[in-house]
Amino acid sequence: MYDINHFYEATSVEHAVQLRVENPEAHIISGGSDILIGIRAGDLAGCDLISIYMLDELRGVSFHDDGTIRIGALTSFTNLAEDPIIREHLAVLGEAADTVGGPQIRNIGTIGGNTCNGVTSADTASTLLAFDAVMELTGPKGIRLVPLTEFYLGAKKVDLRPDEIATAVLIRKDHYKGYHGVYFKYAMRDAMDIATSACSVNVKLSDDKKTIQDARISYGVAGPIPLRARSAEKIVKGKLVSADTVEEFAAGALEDVNPRTSWRATKEFRLHLQREMARRCFVESIRRAGGSV
Amino acid sequence: MSNKQYKQLSFILNGKKVSASVDVRESLADMLRNEFGMTSVKKGCEVGECGACTVLINGNPYDSCIFLAAWIDGKEVTTVEGLVDIDGNISDIQQAFIDEAAVQCGFCTPGFIMSAEHLLNTGKRFSRDEIRKALSGNMCRCTGYQNIINAVENTMDKRLAEKDTEK
Repeated sequence: MYDINHFYEATSVEHAVQLRVENPEAHIISGGSDILIGIRAGDLAGCDLISIYMLDELRGVSFHDDGTIRIGALTSFTNLAEDPIIREHLAVLGEAADTVGGPQIRNIGTIGGNTCNGVTSADTASTLLAFDAVMELTGPKGIRLVPLTEFYLGAKKVDLRPDEIATAVLIRKDHYKGYHGVYFKYAMRDAMDIATSACSVNVKLSDDKKTIQDARISYGVAGPIPLRARSAEKIVKGKLVSADTVEEFAAGALEDVNPRTSWRATKEFRLHLQREMARRCFVESIRRAGGSV
Repeated sequence: MSNKQYKQLSFILNGKKVSASVDVRESLADMLRNEFGMTSVKKGCEVGECGACTVLINGNPYDSCIFLAAWIDGKEVTTVEGLVDIDGNISDIQQAFIDEAAVQCGFCTPGFIMSAEHLLNTGKRFSRDEIRKALSGNMCRCTGYQNIINAVENTMDKRLAEKDTEK
């Protein structure tokens, strides 16, 4: 038995928003693989819950007319990893989703929960950040779009207003078309583990595969929230694909990260990982984009 | 808890339509054990790490300890009890666990069997590494993993061979 004070079950998105307006203190529960654990641990014991789990309308991946990919907030990690649209256009996101927990957790965990819990280690969050993803938040006045880069406010704090629910994650066509990427999760175990640190890179090469047209790199567990390493991105934009460029990229990435020492790893080890992951992800992304270093 | 809250549910449990009035605070594992006597559903960690409570929901494996009972309305659940045939004979995967000595203390066994059942139901061939990945949400604290993987691999081979002869 979970220590839940009151359980509100939404029957539609509108109903969920109405429940949020009426119960601003209540927590949203989507899959529950964080919330229920929080209740069990005592941190959230006695809380009120608004369940959105039964809202099937929030599941699945689709295209908008302009080519934007829309991922429903309740889409599970398994659905992401297996979805044909994701596999074709956002392969790295499917690969990242496939590193979460184990099969059972990937069936219950949702992309909306993974972003809205505001945790730095979230496998899909750093990957989405490297796609310049946008959160679609629905409130009583309609939809508000917030870029993921601005959505994270601090550790476990996101820009989700008390009367809103996240309804989708959006990725614009010009943010994925022509990009190839890699996600690298460094953890102690191959399954059921949280990243010691993780890195996601997306690269777009020129037609002749010789020049870096654009590169994006983001990290999990390199600071209190998932973050982009803009310095590295600026350094390599327009540069020739070469071993020197790779080294400059890896060195540049360290200017923006701010890891800490925790029981999982020291700050020094994380910095070492972050430089090495930038290097490997960049080289592999270039390879996937058709180039070679 | 000021006043208890209940939800009326109907769902399919091991092929039979059932209904229940459930306390909204209950996990699916609690309800399956307490209301329906499905004691193959083991409660190990109760935080979704050990997989001992694994059941199939609409054919896919879930940790029933972190799945709210209230969410099962309209869905289909399979537990190890549902693998037994009408005459009470155990299934091939259960027999394989016995044959391969894949059971030590036995507490993790029902969860492993349900994860294995999902994998076997796909009708595809998997490498040992792929089997390991499919079972990675289940833990055996007696650490009898090799025999567990053997049991799953053997059952997979048998089912695929049977499928071939049927053709």
